[in-house]
Amino acid sequence: MYWNTWSDFWAMGGYGLYVWGSYACVLVWLLLEPLLERRAHKRALSQISDDAE
Amino acid sequence: MTSLFRFYTFAAPSRFYALATRSVPWLYALAMMSALIALYVGLLLAPTDVTQGDAYRIIYIHVPAAWMSMVLYLALAGWSVVGWATNAKLAYALSRAIAPTGAAFTVLALWTGALWGKPTWGTWWVWDARLTSELILLFLYLGYLAMVEGADDRQRGERAGALLALVGVVNIPIIYFSVRWWNTLHQGATISMTAAPKMANTMLQGMLLMTVAFWAYAFAVIFARTSRLILEREADSSWVRAFVQSREER
Repeated sequence: MYWNTWSDFWAMGGYGLYVWGSYACVLVWLLLEPLLERRAHKRALSQISDDAE
Repeated sequence: MTSLFRFYTFAAPSRFYALATRSVPWLYALAMMSALIALYVGLLLAPTDVTQGDAYRIIYIHVPAAWMSMVLYLALAGWSVVGWATNAKLAYALSRAIAPTGAAFTVLALWTGALWGKPTWGTWWVWDARLTSELILLFLYLGYLAMVEGADDRQRGERAGALLALVGVVNIPIIYFSVRWWNTLHQGATISMTAAPKMANTMLQGMLLMTVAFWAYAFAVIFARTSRLILEREADSSWVRAFVQSREER
């Protein structure tokens, strides 16, 4: 472990805003995209089953 | 001959659908595991960089995202060529499925680059060859998406998009070699960035692990989207009807 304390870790040597601003956006997108796709898949399936009736 | 033709036109999409939907959860699991290890190595284990300070830790996501943005574009263009040449249903579906994820990785590469550039270069953005060509890559993705998703006639849209994608391939070597061809602010090869070999090792490991995670993620989300696109375009086929019915009975 490189850091001595957790507050050191979150501060990122004064670059916290830049580092966490990068990681947060990547994380949000990588969680959002699969969820959106899952929803679209379910919608497609129910659309097809509605059309069949 | 007829049986071969039938395989390519009918059997392939249903087989792909079954295989892809089954592999997606495993690919997500692989992506999550390697991302967690990469985060541990890159954010907790690796020491700080002497010249850049801890802002350098952005490269663990910036570089893999930038790699993905280029690799996915090549894949998009490659499947477009296959689609154009063979008219295989799967090929255009793959191209379309790649585009949103590729565009997203391009945005993330630009965004993380800006957040790295501000503390390190003192500016969010410069019109340097590497940054400009990466921005052009984003416009190529957006142009492709507009052409394909906005088309009234699906086939025409996909063919027009394929042509744009193919022409845009010329931009990929420009991005890649821009740091060598022009005197840019953006630095050259990432791996030579560090001085001490021990440091370089941890950093390299973190970056490669994140690259594995992004690859697995890209495969997962693209397979998921391709399956959905296949479902939509094959909605009237017997296998989709049978599949949807079997789901309802469960």
